Amino acid sequence: MHTVVIGVIGADVHAVGIRIIEHVLRKHGFNVVNIGVLSSQEDFINAAIETNAKAILVSSLYGHGEMDCKYMKENCEEAGLSHVKLYVGGNIVVGKQDFKDVEQRFKKMGFDRVYPPGTDIEEAVEHIKEDLNTA
Amino acid sequence: MSVHLLVDFGSTYTKLTAVDTEKEVIVGTSRAMTTVRTDVLEGFDMALEKLQKAHPDMGEITTISACSSAAGGLKMAAIGLVEELTAEAAKRACLGAGALVNHVFSHHLSKKEIKTLKQADVDIILLAGGTDGGNKECILHNAKKLAEAKLGIPIIVAGNKDAADEIDELFEKSEEEYYIVDNVMPKLKKLNVAPAKDVIRRIFITKIIEGKGIKKAEEKIGEIIMPTPEAVLQAAELLSKGHEEVEGYGDMMVIDIGGATTDVHTIGEGSPKRTEVILKGLQEPFAKRTVEGDLGVRYSANALLSLVKPYEFKKYYENGDEEATDEDIEEAMQRRHDNVDYLPENDQEKAFDKALARICCDYSMSRHVGTVEVVYTPLGNMYYQTGKDLTEIQYVVGTGGVLINNAGAKQILKEVLHKSHKKLELRPKDSEFLIDELYILSAMGLLGQKHPRLALKLLKRHLK
Repeated sequence: MHTVVIGVIGADVHAVGIRIIEHVLRKHGFNVVNIGVLSSQEDFINAAIETNAKAILVSSLYGHGEMDCKYMKENCEEAGLSHVKLYVGGNIVVGKQDFKDVEQRFKKMGFDRVYPPGTDIEEAVEHIKEDLNTA
Repeated sequence: MSVHLLVDFGSTYTKLTAVDTEKEVIVGTSRAMTTVRTDVLEGFDMALEKLQKAHPDMGEITTISACSSAAGGLKMAAIGLVEELTAEAAKRACLGAGALVNHVFSHHLSKKEIKTLKQADVDIILLAGGTDGGNKECILHNAKKLAEAKLGIPIIVAGNKDAADEIDELFEKSEEEYYIVDNVMPKLKKLNVAPAKDVIRRIFITKIIEGKGIKKAEEKIGEIIMPTPEAVLQAAELLSKGHEEVEGYGDMMVIDIGGATTDVHTIGEGSPKRTEVILKGLQEPFAKRTVEGDLGVRYSANALLSLVKPYEFKKYYENGDEEATDEDIEEAMQRRHDNVDYLPENDQEKAFDKALARICCDYSMSRHVGTVEVVYTPLGNMYYQTGKDLTEIQYVVGTGGVLINNAGAKQILKEVLHKSHKKLELRPKDSEFLIDELYILSAMGLLGQKHPRLALKLLKRHLK
């Protein structure tokens, strides 16, 4: 059973969606460590170290995700987590922007998968299974 | 009449408290210098003689229980993975068991750190790391390093259970004394310190006190059941929670200002009091103890100067010598460091001691209480809380020589209260103060093991 860390990054307090993500991932057999809202990059990283997580799923709904996620990949590498897959999803940028462009920017920042608003979590689950070879 | 004698082998004094369990009263207390260097029983016998002289009609002593912090108390090292998570959880387990934790290591132990451990004066090592099912590579690495180092110090393993079997084999081969118990942090941020604490106490009873020359007291007086700070914590917990239908005092705090350290204990959840406050960090123990090794009124007095500059000192120095120069202050602190049994002789020296106590109180509180931090979100101001919110603590109990022998003790304790210039510290706002006038807290913690109801009654009667 793979462990994944999930949480809402930055000064974002949207608490409902993350519970749904937790529920669905559990149903699919993942060991889910939900660090909740108002989480810093450091919180995600520390949780992943202690729990030996294979993936970190970052949620953000309030528009400042791009700022909050800056250097997350570098910080993971610094903490010895280069092997951990990074996922991000939600309203991750300010205003309405072309998603292709957004996706590219986040991939450049080191995220493995980037999801636009309104993505069904089941879709991401398939990707996680594929990426972690549990399909 | 049957008398239960409670003994506290302290670093300076051996203190006795005699309780008549039938009449339900404290018969008397006495103390004498602790004599670990020769025979610890010399001091005990002297104190007992004093007690019996003062109370010739004291009944027969039927039971004796003892706690000890003599010869430096219990010293531990805590090892974990992430500094704020398992390393912190391990440290809290040690503190809760009454230990002084001088060394905390996180991540992979380096050669240098192993060397530090070899040279350090450590009684027990607590090794943690990883949640259950989480990281086991780190704790395995550290176990291997410890096994190779052959430190000859008991090691308690309280980390990821997935690594337990391998560590078991490792230590079995190296013939180290080791104990494997449940993880101190089985799930992320969930604290589980009780199993580790139990083993710490067991090792303390069977091994540690032997090395400190207190073991021989056991033949005469029966088992030494716990380190003194744990006895104090247990007394506080009993007084807070009550016993069966007898109600306790609710959330409370105990401040114990000693010569070398200041201990703060709080009993209570300390959860956020407002909805816009979000709790961060590792779960807090319900009964929490912190120890400040640099805050004390004798042995550590000169260390206070690194915290408080002489000009700041004057803020705490009420009714003291207004013309005292910086040199005078430094000299007075040094004198206390050099003579740990120094007693103030005049009003000015008393005021000086009071100032030291106020500093210990204020600083130990800053380090014990939780803090809030504002986060500006698009939804308005939110707050992070780290640590315990103690704003609604109802009682603050003061103990330790400098508070007990001081008419202005409650005035000193007011230093713990909320301060406008330390607004983000979640200090008590409106508490009542009680003083442990007879110095019985640790004794009641011991008595409470067998007679919780009586111990509770006596605590309520004598804390004023």
